[in-house]
Amino acid sequence: MIQSLFYFLSFLAVLSALLVITAKNPVYSVLYLILTFFAIAGHYVLLNAQFLAVVHIIVYAGAIMVLFLFTIMLLNLNKDAEPQKSNYLKFAGMLAGGLLLLVLVAGLKEVGTNTQVVLKDSSIGLVENLGMVLFKEFLLPFEVASILLLAAMVGAVLLATKDKEVKKA
Amino acid sequence: METITQSIQLVPLNHYILLSAALFVIGVVGVITRRNAIIIFMSIELMLNAVNLLLTAFSAFRGDAAGQVFVFFIMAVAAAEVAVGLAIIVMIYRNTRSIDINVLNKLKW
Repeated sequence: MIQSLFYFLSFLAVLSALLVITAKNPVYSVLYLILTFFAIAGHYVLLNAQFLAVVHIIVYAGAIMVLFLFTIMLLNLNKDAEPQKSNYLKFAGMLAGGLLLLVLVAGLKEVGTNTQVVLKDSSIGLVENLGMVLFKEFLLPFEVASILLLAAMVGAVLLATKDKEVKKA
Repeated sequence: METITQSIQLVPLNHYILLSAALFVIGVVGVITRRNAIIIFMSIELMLNAVNLLLTAFSAFRGDAAGQVFVFFIMAVAAAEVAVGLAIIVMIYRNTRSIDINVLNKLKW
């Protein structure tokens, strides 16, 4: 039952990911991307990583997608007026992607040949356990991540504000 | 919850690798074939998510929580990247009135 749920979620994720890159209208792309993110969150729940599933939904579906939608709406891009690449280039891109898939699958084929995903310690994905690891082993990266987010915030505000001095010149 | 942790054992690790590789390649093809900067950005998010999923699968497979902490950090980096990247796209749109990446060919040799 839950095994078939895995295959259903995988199918949903791959299908909506394909629709993301083929949809003409950027707003539809964003909506399909949200669908992909929910499918991936379902995978996290299946792997018993509840903390990651919740954080994934909050960060991606809650914050990042709203940012994308606002940018598309504010720039008034919700029309399918995107100039297309030539079919020749598209075919070359798909061929390159297919070959990359071939190489990745062939290269990783021997890694875990039919080994089943056994949850050795099923509590590793819970908030309690993950918090202990995060604040003991990974305390420095955690603090550095806060500096990164601060820098990103300052950078985003700085980039998005109109530069008045350049306009005068 | 017990039933979930027992039934996930029936899914081979290979299938997680296949799923992640497929999602990653879809992201790569999106970056190569589209000209809309925002859709290229979304394809990059797809690639990041494929890697996150694989890290989580291996973390569960090895019984090591470090992989999931790593996914958490990747999410923080992705959030920062999206904020800065969309600000850059808004800036590009303000200067060129378009987000077609073929307009940005000043650095092209």
